[in-house]
Formats: sequence, structure tokens, C-alpha cells
Amino acid sequence: MKRTLCLSAAGLWLWAVSLPLAAQVSFDRLRQSDAEPGNWLTYSGNYSSHRYSGLDQITGANVAHLRPAWVYQINTTERVEASPLIADGIMYLSEPGGSVTALDTLTGRPLWKYTRTLPKGVRGCCGPVNRGVAILNDMVYVGTYDAHLVALDIKSGIVRWDSEVADPKLGHSITGAPLALRDKIVVGMAGGEYGVRGFIDAYDAKTGKRAWRFWTIPGAGEPGIETWAGDTAKNGAATTWVTGAYDPDQNTLFWGTGNPGPDWNGDARAGDNLYSDSLVALDGDTGKLKWYFQFTPHDLHDWDSTEVPVLADAVVRGEKRKVVLFGNRNAFYYVLDRNNGKFLTGRQFAKQSWAKGLDDSGKPVVLPGSSPTTEGAKIYPDLSGGTNWFSPSFSPRANLFFLAARDSGAIYLKGNAEYKPGAQFNGGGQSPIVGEPPIGFIRALNPDTGELKWEFKLNSDANAGVLSTAGNLAFAGTNEGDFFALDALTGRAVWHFQTGAAINANPVSYLSGGKQQVAIASGNSIFAFALEQ
Amino acid sequence: MRLMCLTLFVTLTAMAQVDPEYVIPKKNPFATAADLKNGQQLFMGQCARCHGSKGEGGRGAVLAQPRLRHAPDDESLFVVIRDGIKGTEMPGGYALDTRETWQLVAHVRSLGRLAPEKVAGDPKHGQDLYGSKGRCAQCHINSGQGGSLGPELTEIGARRSAAHLRAAVLDPASTLPEDFLQVSAVTKGGQTVTGVRLNEDIFSIQVRDLNGGIHSFMKDDLRELQRETGKSPMPSFRGVLSASEVDDLVAYLVSLRGNQ
Repeated sequence: MKRTLCLSAAGLWLWAVSLPLAAQVSFDRLRQSDAEPGNWLTYSGNYSSHRYSGLDQITGANVAHLRPAWVYQINTTERVEASPLIADGIMYLSEPGGSVTALDTLTGRPLWKYTRTLPKGVRGCCGPVNRGVAILNDMVYVGTYDAHLVALDIKSGIVRWDSEVADPKLGHSITGAPLALRDKIVVGMAGGEYGVRGFIDAYDAKTGKRAWRFWTIPGAGEPGIETWAGDTAKNGAATTWVTGAYDPDQNTLFWGTGNPGPDWNGDARAGDNLYSDSLVALDGDTGKLKWYFQFTPHDLHDWDSTEVPVLADAVVRGEKRKVVLFGNRNAFYYVLDRNNGKFLTGRQFAKQSWAKGLDDSGKPVVLPGSSPTTEGAKIYPDLSGGTNWFSPSFSPRANLFFLAARDSGAIYLKGNAEYKPGAQFNGGGQSPIVGEPPIGFIRALNPDTGELKWEFKLNSDANAGVLSTAGNLAFAGTNEGDFFALDALTGRAVWHFQTGAAINANPVSYLSGGKQQVAIASGNSIFAFALEQ
Repeated sequence: MRLMCLTLFVTLTAMAQVDPEYVIPKKNPFATAADLKNGQQLFMGQCARCHGSKGEGGRGAVLAQPRLRHAPDDESLFVVIRDGIKGTEMPGGYALDTRETWQLVAHVRSLGRLAPEKVAGDPKHGQDLYGSKGRCAQCHINSGQGGSLGPELTEIGARRSAAHLRAAVLDPASTLPEDFLQVSAVTKGGQTVTGVRLNEDIFSIQVRDLNGGIHSFMKDDLRELQRETGKSPMPSFRGVLSASEVDDLVAYLVSLRGNQ
């Protein structure tokens, strides 16, 4: 036994020295990540959340030769929604609950593993999913289902610090990937179905000490509290469970907020319920609110605005502007001025029946009969929305905004809602419309206007994000397990591979050994694809 | 400080959960009409989001069925509601107390099971017809016996009303399940296969033909793929069975309630 151990240790050493070293990932590298497309350094690939790869080895001309390079199976039966990071040949993959594995991208073999053991009694609405990690300098950061933020040594996975973000027994959890700024780690939280009060936190990257907290629901005496009747603000939700974007020039963080609670019964919480279903722009150093834009005032349909905000330059009404592009769960696409949050333009991108349109300020013109009732009201979209947490993609090369869209309605029902700590606080539900199963699409929009350029129909609902590349391809996945590539300019399918399980994740692309790989989680596995030799 | 302690006490009391030492009885001790009503309210507040207001399913499993895969009896359903199901999105109902958990059990059970119906007709004669003139066993499995083209009928009486079953016998196309689809695929070589769709994704489709043969096609290889929505491979028994024979066959189908 001893000899075997010694041999194994020697083998590991030899293996280790032949691998690229886990390099420092400085803030400057994160800031200039577009200059090194061989890596994927933040959740959405860059601070602007483009989920676009500048790599162009894989194109429409050779994508037919794309084959699995390796598959890594996670030891879990939980749903995998992770979007991994890749730095210098090593993939950092978060696993359900908040475990993390570092993988060699040449072979898919694990290099180290951090296992998060969850305490009993952790509660969340939708399973212990985890969507990813952040990297800064020599540490990897992960949020856990029991609402901690953990810093791991990038070379070994050993814990450097572990900070409790909130009490998991009251329904707080972390499922989204943190975002690393210059010296802080920003993290959102989940628990909107448990009547928690939402927030966005920043922690000192070196020590784990909390640097600031922005409450997404104002406190007593603060502006916006008047938009909640009575004391309903204290259980108003507005959680922050998907990673936002960052403009380092402005030092501004852009982050979407979730639905107000209780989801379907708004009787007690009369008012717009700020800052639920909003995009908030925060100072990166202090967490102070710079501006907000509320997409769905007084939401009654669980239409979180926790989709990924995309930063871009756009030409709106003939004028070049710095904007935020936002495909919202409420089925509308928005273009906002990045400097002040003002609405520039918007357009419906998925089937909806609740609003006549958007007015000049971007506020929805709500139609009568679009609220849940005790008898049931047929409304489009359903609670999962026109799109959801899965990432959109913006291709500067094609000048297109891609998103996985859903056309689906539901019968919305209003029920009772009584807050009880740690219990679900929904106030209703929905029933499917008989004969109308949800149907998904990959849609390409003109980013400046939201005008539909093309669409690719899926076989069923959409639950996975889109990656676009400089090879003018758009990659996406399906419930039936198809991972596929479309011609980004036309929407024509040019390649597909059956992974064998539902895909509920976002694709990424990077270089491994100088060759472009594209990776996606499917079922409990990560598949990495590369061109056949 | 006293206020803090009191607040903590109230909070912990409000979070009263099922006592971990609680010995779960086999039979639901809280299944009165009042319990069912409260269970229904709890269901609407905490469960309908994923399971649909009537248990029709959605993001969560369909609960309006007599046998639940993870909870074949009340005891196991109690455990599922209390602890959730690992590997799924089903969370534990940690903040529910024992009584509330049982009330939810009672309500969920009521969603999935039709009470035995009194119907006209002779089920014994219906059983004879099932195997003879009706030729039902050619296409349906009942208690392990029969063909597999049509849906299993072992517990159909617990899942479907007599009116639904009568309609299925006389006008089969009016009672097709939502995900059922008859298709007709024509290959580029001219071969036509008509049958029931087993599976489909963007790029391929799998079909069981009317003789039970299984085919898989890449859609690019097909000249035509007709979706025969609303069509059923099952023939109508109108005019084949007399009115009293239909009564007898329906009575037999209603009596099929599995092992429960």
C-alpha cells in the first residue's frame, strides 16, 4: 500500500509539472479579457456580459468536424446549471451545492476538488444548483447553497476563507456566480419564494470581510419605501440570483433583481414595489445606488428581472450611445442608457398578453384582465417568462443579440399568502394551458432596436443559454439533449450532437493546447468539444 | 435583550417543524374535510407554483395520478413533503409542522385518485368482451398481459372517469393524452411509416409503427413528416359493440384500479 501511495504521489508530481501553472488572474486581465479569448475569465466571458468568444478556429466551414474531446461526470443527481471559467488551460467548474472542481482542459481529468457539505435544513425553491465561480488573482470564489461565500486557493482548492452571507434556514441561498471587481467579490442571493429581503453584497477579496451591502428593498425612511403598502417591504423578496455586468470605466455594477413577494398575490403590497424586477446600477466601491430602471412595477407573475444585462455600444435613433441591452422575463427587450438608466427603446420579443406595449418611459401599459385570479386567468408568458436566467449572447462581429426565448402561457391563480419564516410565500400558482406546451426558440435581434432578424425553433421549451463566436456561430442546447451550432447570420443549423440528457446551462469557449474547445453542461456532465484532428 | 429573546422564541416556534423523533403512522391521522381544506390552501400557497393548482404538473411532477413514483403510500408521501427529493428541484417543507404536512398529504392524495364510481353494466361480461369482441388485449397491457401499442390499463379506473372511458371506447380521438401524436414519415427513398411518436428532438424522431416495429429517422433524411394531430390508431367501437356491451366494457374498465 505504501509503495502504491509513493508511486501515485510521484506520478501526480510528474503530471503536475507538465501542466501549465495556474497563473494569477489579475483585475487587469479581467478588465481586458477580450484581449485573451483563449480564456473565459468571468461568468459571461467579459465584464460586459457578451458571452461571445473572439476565437474563430471553429467556423461554419469546419464545424461538421466538431467532436467530443472529453466528458467529465459530476458525482451528483442534482441539476447542473454551471458555466465554468477557464484560465490558462484549467477549467474551474462549480457543482451543485457549491462544490468546485478544477479540470485539465486537455483531458478532462480533475486536478483538485473542493467539496461543500450542506447542513441539514437548507431550503431553496429550485434545488441546490450553482451557476459558476469567480477568479481573482490566486483565488477562486464560490457561493454556496447554504448562503456562504467561499474563497479557495486557485492551485489546490483549499479554503482561504469562508464567510456567511445570510441565514439559510430563512430561505436564503446562493446559486449564482460571484463577480470579481478590482479588490472585491460581488455576490447575489436567492430566496424570493421564501419572503426574504433581497440584497447584493461585496466582500473584500483577500479577507472575506463584507465591504458593502445594497438592499434591493429600501429600509424605513429611505426613498422607495413608499412603494410598499404597510410593512410588506420586510418580506418583499427582490432577490439577485444571476450575475450582473460591470463597467470598469464608470466603476458601475449592473445587476437584475427578482420578483416581489408573495409572487402572485399583490393585494397587501400595493405600489410599484421598488426595487423589485429592476436593473440597479451601483457604485463598485460603495454599493451606492446610481440609478434604477424597473421593468415590471407591482409584478404579479413571478417575472424576475434576474436575466443577464449586456453592455454594448448601440446606435439609437441615429445617435451612438453606451447602453444596457436586456431581454426580460416579461417578454420585452429593452435598450437603456448606461449613464442614467433612461429608457431608449423596447420591443416585445416573445408571446405576451399582459401589456399593450411600453410607453415613452419604458413603463408597461398593462392590459385589464392580466392579473392572477382565484378562478384562474389565462396570461402570456407563463411564470418562466419570455426568457429566464440562461444567458443571452451579444456578437459585436455580427452585431446581433441572441437569446433563448419561450412562447408559453399559463392559467394564473391567486391564493392566500401568509408569511412564515422559512416557508414558501407564493400566494398562488399556475396551471398549464391544455394543448399549448411551451415552445422555445433561439432568436436573433437587432441589438439597437430589438427587431427580430431570425429565429430557430426548438422541439420544446428553452432552458439553456447561447454562446456566439467570432467564427460566426451561435451554440445552444435543448431539453432533449441536443447541443447544436447555428450560422449566426442566418439561424441555419450547421452541427449538432446528442448529449443524452437535458441541457440547462450556458456554453463557453476557450483554447486548450492552442485548439479551440466549446464546453457545455448536460445532465450531470460537462462535455468539451474540439475539431477532429 | 428580553425582546430579542422573545423574538427568537417566537421565530423558532413559528418555524416549528416536524419533530425528528416523530414516528410516522401508516395512515394519515389528519384527513377530515377541514384538514383537506387547509391542505388545499397550503398547496396553493406553496406547491401550485411548480405542480399546478390541480396537480397537473408543470415545472414539478404531475400529482393528479393515483400512484406517485416517489410516494406510493401516505407514509412515503409524508417523507417526500417533509424532506424533499434529492436530485430534483423538490425542496423539503421544512417550515411545515406535522399536522400541516399530513394535511398536504391528504390534499395531494385527493388530487390523484377518483372515487370508485357506480356505473351501469356488468363488469364481468365487460371483462369477457375485453378479451373477445373488443380485442383490447391486442394493444393494451392490463396487469402484465397484452400488447403494448396503446396505454396501459391496469389502473385506468382510478385515473379516468366512466364518462372519459366511454368516450375513449366510442370516439378514441377525443380522449388522446396531450403528448400523444400519430405521425406518418416518408423517407427520401419512398418508404412510409405510420405510427406513434415515441420521442423527438430538433433533428430526429423515433416512431413505433402499428405492428410494434420501432423506427428512428434523422429529419434531414425524410421527404415528409406528417403530424396527424387528433388521430388515434384505436378504432371506434361505435356500431361494433351494442349499447349494453359498451356499458359492460366501461364497467369493467372502471373496475381496474391496480393493486390499491
